[in-house]
Amino acid sequence: MNKTEPRPTSQPLQGSFVKAVSAVVWKDLQAEFRSRELFSAMLVFSLLIILIFNFALELDIKTRQSVTSGVLWATFAFAGTLGLNRSMAIEKDRGCMDGLLLAPVDRSAIYFGKVISNLTFMLIVEVIVLPVYSVLYSINLFQPGLLLVILLGSIGYAGVGTLLSAMSVQTRTRDILLPILLFPVVIPVILSAVKASGGYLEGLPFEEILSPLSLLIAYDLIFIAVAFMVFDNVVEE
Amino acid sequence: MQSKPLTLTILDVLSIIVLGISTYLALFFAPTERVMGDVQRVFYFHIGTAWTALMGFILAAVFSVAYLVTKNLKWDRYQVAAIEVSLVFFFLTIVLGTIWARPVWNTWWTWDPRLTTAAITELIYIAYFMLRQGIDDPERRARFGAVYALIGGLSAPITFFAIRLFRTIHPVVIGGANAEAQGGFAMTADMRVAFFFALFAFTIIFIDLYWNRIRLGELQDQVEQLKLKVTM
Repeated sequence: MNKTEPRPTSQPLQGSFVKAVSAVVWKDLQAEFRSRELFSAMLVFSLLIILIFNFALELDIKTRQSVTSGVLWATFAFAGTLGLNRSMAIEKDRGCMDGLLLAPVDRSAIYFGKVISNLTFMLIVEVIVLPVYSVLYSINLFQPGLLLVILLGSIGYAGVGTLLSAMSVQTRTRDILLPILLFPVVIPVILSAVKASGGYLEGLPFEEILSPLSLLIAYDLIFIAVAFMVFDNVVEE
Repeated sequence: MQSKPLTLTILDVLSIIVLGISTYLALFFAPTERVMGDVQRVFYFHIGTAWTALMGFILAAVFSVAYLVTKNLKWDRYQVAAIEVSLVFFFLTIVLGTIWARPVWNTWWTWDPRLTTAAITELIYIAYFMLRQGIDDPERRARFGAVYALIGGLSAPITFFAIRLFRTIHPVVIGGANAEAQGGFAMTADMRVAFFFALFAFTIIFIDLYWNRIRLGELQDQVEQLKLKVTM
């Protein structure tokens, strides 16, 4: 784990917060870069889900048009829980969480650090899944609007997921509990993301995509604000 | 151990009485609806249970904030009680709704915003109890429960709003009208009597069960403390 220097009193608080957040992110990315266990598991899992959907839904040209956004989001959601579970379990198992909590930084810095690293893993997986899907089903998924929806959806997902995974790893049934806790509360994200992505893929006018898109933004803001406020209660020992 | 308060005993008896009266009003007093027939009588209990369950869920979210601010375990007991009673009431709402929907909508279930949100809300609070079950330390259980009830309580109305972007066929009997709703009707005076009495009756029953459940929670805590004393 990174050494966190005691906060010098002369340093502005703002700067040290950003530094603490980036230290947590950097620690996660570096650990992941060395082991690559989380990333490879998420990626292979996503590709397997797409494979399963291919046979389950018979993705011929006609079906593809209507279900692509649904298949993508189901893939991201399932692969996402895998990553969230693992990323918190690592902290818990090796006693890293206690070390993190001992660091003289604001607890919310730990939350935002974990959200950003979880988000980064999700985005990396998505960036690989999208072209693979595009090639397999010859659909152009690289549209700026669609990428924006995927970014917003992943932010909401990682924001709530990080908070809930911090709780679920501290329970007896931790491996199975996260999806059960996360899926019912993250449904607005999945719903509006599927709707907005579908809208972009079908080339609907922007006015029709606006409402799911703004719902997505509202959800992200509300839930990250709430998670930020209650995170202290979740990691308190 | 403190004995049962007299008010609670009176409330127990009152609950049974109002349930009886409400059943009579719903099944015999209220006129039969012209189009839907007798199955419409399900409506009175459907709204009665739905209204109290929703109040219970809102209360639970308020208790979440109260617990997180004060860290007083009293709020946790109130919250568990509210969610447990509401979970059962809301389940009844859904079951009664499907009984009504079979002849009127010609299907047990449809993915309408209200129905879907109801199902998701049930799942959220079932997850809430699964979370609590996995934690032994009462103080941590209370903290995590409060956080999850808060997140769940915020997410449920957003889910409802999100699904509303799609269309709905659920009738709105009180206030507001939906041109595409199926199975709506206007209430006559006698129906209104049965309706408001059902609301009143279920509120009383809810308070009674809720109070009993809180008392049970307090006794549970006492038993746990006594057990600790014995083992020590």
